[in-house]
Amino acid sequence: MSETQDPRSAGSPAGCEGCGSGTSRRAFLGTAVAAVAGALVGCNNDHVEDFLQHNFRELSKAEVEEMIARLEREYKAQFGREVHVGNEPPLPGVIFGYALDLSRCIGCRRCVHACVQENNQSRDPQIQWIRVLQLDKEEGVDLRHADQYYDPPEVPEEGHFYMPVQCQQCKKPPCVKACPVGATWREKDGIVVVDYNWCIGCRYCMAACPYGARHFNWGEPHLPVEDLNPDTHLLGNRPRPKGVVEKCTFCIQRTRKGRYPACVEICPTGSRKFGNLLDPQSEIRYVLENKRVFKLKEDLNTQPNFFYFYGV
Amino acid sequence: MDILRNLASFLADSVRLVFRGNRAYRIWVAVLLVLMAAGGLAYANQLRHGLIATHMRDQVSWGFYIGNFTFLVGVAAAAIMLVIPAYVYDWEPIKEITILGEMLAIAALVMCLGFVMVDIGRPDRFWHIMPLVGRLNWPQSMLAWDVLVLNAYLLLNWFVVTYLLYCAYTGKHYIKKLVLPLVLLSIPMAVSIHTVTAYLYNGLAARPFWNSAILAPKFLASAFCSGPAILLILLQILRKTTPLRIKDEAIFKVAELMAYTMGFNLFLTAAEAFKEFYSNTEHVVFSQYLYFGLKGHTTLVPYAWASVACGLAAFLLFLIPKTRTNWVTLNLGCVLIYSSVYIEKGMGLIIPGLTPDALGEIYEYRPSTTEIFVAAGIFATGFLVFTLMLKAAVPIMLGQHTMGKGHPAPAEPLDPAP
Repeated sequence: MSETQDPRSAGSPAGCEGCGSGTSRRAFLGTAVAAVAGALVGCNNDHVEDFLQHNFRELSKAEVEEMIARLEREYKAQFGREVHVGNEPPLPGVIFGYALDLSRCIGCRRCVHACVQENNQSRDPQIQWIRVLQLDKEEGVDLRHADQYYDPPEVPEEGHFYMPVQCQQCKKPPCVKACPVGATWREKDGIVVVDYNWCIGCRYCMAACPYGARHFNWGEPHLPVEDLNPDTHLLGNRPRPKGVVEKCTFCIQRTRKGRYPACVEICPTGSRKFGNLLDPQSEIRYVLENKRVFKLKEDLNTQPNFFYFYGV
Repeated sequence: MDILRNLASFLADSVRLVFRGNRAYRIWVAVLLVLMAAGGLAYANQLRHGLIATHMRDQVSWGFYIGNFTFLVGVAAAAIMLVIPAYVYDWEPIKEITILGEMLAIAALVMCLGFVMVDIGRPDRFWHIMPLVGRLNWPQSMLAWDVLVLNAYLLLNWFVVTYLLYCAYTGKHYIKKLVLPLVLLSIPMAVSIHTVTAYLYNGLAARPFWNSAILAPKFLASAFCSGPAILLILLQILRKTTPLRIKDEAIFKVAELMAYTMGFNLFLTAAEAFKEFYSNTEHVVFSQYLYFGLKGHTTLVPYAWASVACGLAAFLLFLIPKTRTNWVTLNLGCVLIYSSVYIEKGMGLIIPGLTPDALGEIYEYRPSTTEIFVAAGIFATGFLVFTLMLKAAVPIMLGQHTMGKGHPAPAEPLDPAP
């Protein structure tokens, strides 16, 4: 089975594998199950639709539009504010790559905050997609000496260097392999996404991820309305429900419109490089060509599209 | 139509049997119901607040629930411990207790499914994981495999038990050509449920503590001593409280088999410890955390050594024929084996696999009160299922309650005439 699928790219309206009779049978059974359950609990229409919702990759164009309209209604009711839920498909001829300059990063964590603001993470309990590790210069990249909770008056600290870790957007993502229901997959542009309406919250992907990049909504996510970023993507930063897993998407809502991820934009030292791996003129290709890069835990053969390098 | 009528009467009679019982039975059932209610309340609290009511967090994203699940898969698999000698070698003394082993497997599987249900963040989306209705990521995901084999094993055991009892009830001899292949099939199935469950962890390169080829054999070895440990105690209780005759010989034979499996289990533990501590790579941190503690974090250390000590003591008790055939030391050995494996699977498998986490952080996990209450509720449910099955099955197995003979006599003071 291919790990890179996109319902919008293929010719058929539902353009994905497993369409046809299998889907309609499943859809029928799912509808039957849901109708009974809906009748039993007596919910309103949107709740029933929510419950009935099929895996994103099985939805037709019209069904995706319905889903977006419903989500926008729900968010408006929840936040009292218009929220735009986009559904930009992967750009043709684009695979995103990321490179992080360890010799420049000063561990200021501005990227962490920019990410939280951009991506509507829960503020209470707190969820952060980027974890910045403080490491010992004498030990190099040795996670046994990593500290995520450093809190000095000023960074960088003597004798230390810093290594931000977020989703490495692996070419062979162990999380995708692990998910029992296919709620997470790798898109054509290399971004690993989660269908928050299909995830059952079993957290097998979290056990499978070697980078601690997947985060769970252990409680009801709280996002004050004044902190809400209303420009969202269906598979990215739209507000999440309780009990599902979420992760970095390279700011899918920005990058598919040609913008930089929030963490790249905010970085005061220019440590973060981002671009199209298929474009020979891109900055990411310049880094790969002219610097010596390494991948975190390359022995696990996850093949990240996220590279680290020493720029100076 | 005859079959339908017989089935209806079989079901109705089984239900009647379940509702009749002496004082001790009623107290036991009441205690289980109280525990289930407590677990239910704790679970309702967890549903309302989310899994934040547990002490699991991003670092240790699986804990006590999944540990219990793993242990109980082992108990379910262990039913074959009795099936193998009974059917393959046609060894009479064990044959009559095989059906009890299969009922234990059913109860254990009910608990397994319970622990999975309480562990998932969105139980309302449970249908997503159901074959045909949802979207099962099979054959890629080991969890999808586990869903399939556990449910198939549950169905198989349920069918064999029901069929054998139904035959006993109607007084007909069961069709050997139907039962024997199914019973033989249950042997590889039992091995497969525990192997697949081991592969669930084994396949994760991100967690070096689990990513060891020794995991599946160790799961099987530990299951084949802990499952029968429960059964041996149950058999003695049944002997005392029902007319069921179980020969000493059968019990001692099972105990002997347990000595070998426990010995093998300890050997595998030692092999793993040797590899970790002698080669002393960076991957040793997980075993270090388990056995000695890491950077002052020592939550698991007492559990780790308690498990090893119980296992060693039980191995010696079951190895020596004198202590194996002495009721006091035999039962002590059963308790020790059960404790050893339960501690090892409950605390010593999942938690050290995730501590330190993928980025080297040490989050000291121990189950919250909610987790302990919910787990108690699930165990009570499993015990209740097992109790009720036994209550109906024993008289039927003994031929005391068949369709002709034991049809609810009007003499019973159950339905007093108006």
